[in-house]
Amino acid sequence: MTKALDRPPVRSAGVSALRRSVRFDVRLVGLAGVLVLLCVIGLITRPETFLTQDNLSTMLRLAAAIGVVSVGMTFVIIAGGIDLSVGSIVALSSVWMTTLATQSYGPVVMVLCALLVGLGCGLINGALVSYGKVVPFITTLAMMASARGLAERLSGRQTQVVTETGFTDFFRASVLGIPVLVIMLALVFAVGWIVLNRTTFGRRTYAIGGNAEAARLSGINVKLHTALVYGISGLCCGIAAIMVVARTTSGASTNGLFYELDAIAAVVIGGTLLSGGRGSLIGTLIGVLIFTVLNSIFTQNNLDTDIQNIAKGAIIVGAVLLQHTTARRRKRKPPARTDPDPQPTNTNGSQS
Amino acid sequence: MDLSLHAASADEGVEPLLAMRGIVKLFPGVRALDGVDLEVRAGEVHCLLGQNGAGKSTLIKTLAGAHQPDAGEIVWRGEAITLPSPVAALKRGIATMYQELDLIPSLSVAENVFLGHERARFGFTRPAAARAETAALLERLGHAEISPDEEVGRLSAAGQQLVSMARALAHDARLIVADEPTAALASDEVDNLFRIIAELTASGVAVVYISHRLEEIRRIGHRVTVIKDGRTVAANLDARESPTSDLVDLMAGRKVQTAFREVGEATVELGDVLLDVRGLSRDGEFRDVTFSVRAGEIVGLAGLVGAGRSEVLETIFGARKADAGTVSVDGRTLRPGSVASAVKAGVGLAPEERKSQALLLDMSVTHNVTLASLDEYSRLGFSQRGRETRDSASTLDRLDLRPADPWRLVRTLSGGNQQKAVVARWLVHGCRVLLLDEPTRGVDVGARAELYRLIHELAATGVAIVLVSSEIPEVLGLADRVLVLREGDVLADRPANELTEGDVLDMVMEGSAA
Repeated sequence: MTKALDRPPVRSAGVSALRRSVRFDVRLVGLAGVLVLLCVIGLITRPETFLTQDNLSTMLRLAAAIGVVSVGMTFVIIAGGIDLSVGSIVALSSVWMTTLATQSYGPVVMVLCALLVGLGCGLINGALVSYGKVVPFITTLAMMASARGLAERLSGRQTQVVTETGFTDFFRASVLGIPVLVIMLALVFAVGWIVLNRTTFGRRTYAIGGNAEAARLSGINVKLHTALVYGISGLCCGIAAIMVVARTTSGASTNGLFYELDAIAAVVIGGTLLSGGRGSLIGTLIGVLIFTVLNSIFTQNNLDTDIQNIAKGAIIVGAVLLQHTTARRRKRKPPARTDPDPQPTNTNGSQS
Repeated sequence: MDLSLHAASADEGVEPLLAMRGIVKLFPGVRALDGVDLEVRAGEVHCLLGQNGAGKSTLIKTLAGAHQPDAGEIVWRGEAITLPSPVAALKRGIATMYQELDLIPSLSVAENVFLGHERARFGFTRPAAARAETAALLERLGHAEISPDEEVGRLSAAGQQLVSMARALAHDARLIVADEPTAALASDEVDNLFRIIAELTASGVAVVYISHRLEEIRRIGHRVTVIKDGRTVAANLDARESPTSDLVDLMAGRKVQTAFREVGEATVELGDVLLDVRGLSRDGEFRDVTFSVRAGEIVGLAGLVGAGRSEVLETIFGARKADAGTVSVDGRTLRPGSVASAVKAGVGLAPEERKSQALLLDMSVTHNVTLASLDEYSRLGFSQRGRETRDSASTLDRLDLRPADPWRLVRTLSGGNQQKAVVARWLVHGCRVLLLDEPTRGVDVGARAELYRLIHELAATGVAIVLVSSEIPEVLGLADRVLVLREGDVLADRPANELTEGDVLDMVMEGSAA
């Protein structure tokens, strides 16, 4: 009996949780609409090739590396930071894992090497931001330069071909017609989503980005957590490096060029605030896919990349403007509903 | 300077420079000003007295054009005017020096002095002209040694105060409003400031002077206006002759304490000592603070802003690291400077700045409530969202937080309900020592009564509570025991019912007087 009495608040909470998630999805629906629209354009201009399994595989295989990097970037940006070094870390990891020495130890060591190099660079970023109190922009800008430089030095600016066939055979294979790279992309997104939305680590990431001081005064170890978030971004770069090496069967210091810009663009049009505290991985995923489809449309129709870049810029600005208007509308509406005692916005005028 | 010229009480002949009559200013849920009158003559130092929350700052912001009054008139040099913006006030010759200096530390002295009205020709700044004029102003203030090219951030507090004053003069101000200008100054710097003020008034400039230190008002003031609860309770008193007791009584007004006592009357059986603070010190903030709080006891820290109250709370909580002394909870000493250690021992802090220090405004109430207890609401790192929602919903219910929607964004809650969300965070965590810093700031009158009731209920369940408030009646009314702090020293530690509002006011304001 008492249990039954206990239930109502929970149920009402469930209902509003549902309402909340539905409301949250409204923005993503708009974004998904843009994606669908782009697919329709692709289908109309290239009806015979666009929706073939071949093209979809190619598209997603190309999207895989940048997608994984964007997952890490989403974590960093939600935590209130920025990571400009992702492209360079991809380059360094890809070079380090394909040196003759590393390749001689076999594919497992190659993979581990990429992951460790990525993670290490990320943790160095994190330690500098957290404990060295260097602004994220500067820290990762420095890493961007240094990691790329180290990659050039290690490789002597030569493209290092992968001769280890065990590695290429595994990562270039397909399971049930789905390329391994695409499966990896899906896995990284799934794990990222669970960590961000279902674990205390994720909750703390949002909390730190939303109000670092409040998080600190709630007993959260903000410094350690921030360092780990950059570590995650670095680790994602390591995974992306494996993908790039698998796709091109080579490692080079020119890999991952401009990945930081593409990743930030995907995260931002996915609705994550650059100021931190708010954002979603699903938005990021849609953001990545929008750019991928756009790319495919342009290559399939043999259009120049310059026009593609112009379109890309327009989409970034358009998406962000759209979010501003919806955010403003949402902000105006709800408080007027049922608030019994209105918020005294500036009563401390008499108290300071 | 001949003060007796100005000290004459209410002689009719002189036309006031400024007259504010019946000024009303409403904020949602609060009448911040409820009919204030203020009359200032050219060449006088007019002191504005009142407790925290009496409406002084709102009044001067109205005068500075930062707030628009909802009723009342402002007469400036015989002409009824409106001040729609700070620029309008400056153009009339009304300059305000705010308590927190509104200077830009990374710019030079000259750039700050002419900020907003830069010396320029065809859109190009004329730095030489600005430098020369700034140098002249500083010389007039007796501080030619300050270079107009110096970065303001490198100056001492006194130096910055001078820049602020130079800026007021640069606008050719006829009325300068100074809000606690001596708060950050050493005593020789205060002397210099007073000399400058005397010279200014001798040249016909009027000064509206706000200070909590009665002895300053006696030294430089001519007339005094006392405001209380947004109303003028006494106008144009003689600043030097009025007895201290009269001024304090006027500021304190009727005995408000009874309102709190009723709630707290059912006395709580006190338990063992839960929080024990021994010789806690931090250089330049507070010295040798020692007290203990029993389970069920409410201890209030009274004192002016800047007396070190919030610093004491934050140091107990580990958000600041103590230079000396210990804090122990239930006999176990906390690790200094470690919030995690305090939280683990069951200490909770509701900080002074709710929005910037405590809340995640764009997250739900539930996520805010469980923020300090994430480890308890997780298994192997995965959040247990059902339990989390259930517990936060029942806590919100217990605190009567409205609307009782655990998924509502905190941003959309009223001030009082936001404060409840902060308290709920520590209740869910099972805290046994609760540190409340200005819990009713920005909370409207009705919601305050509820918070008072809540604080008493918490104490009744055996929570040890330390309360900081700038409103003395609130501290006296809620607390069982009161510590009075002044400039970092504990002046008294006494049962609340042995103290009156006047006693506490005397202690926090005098001291430096005699």
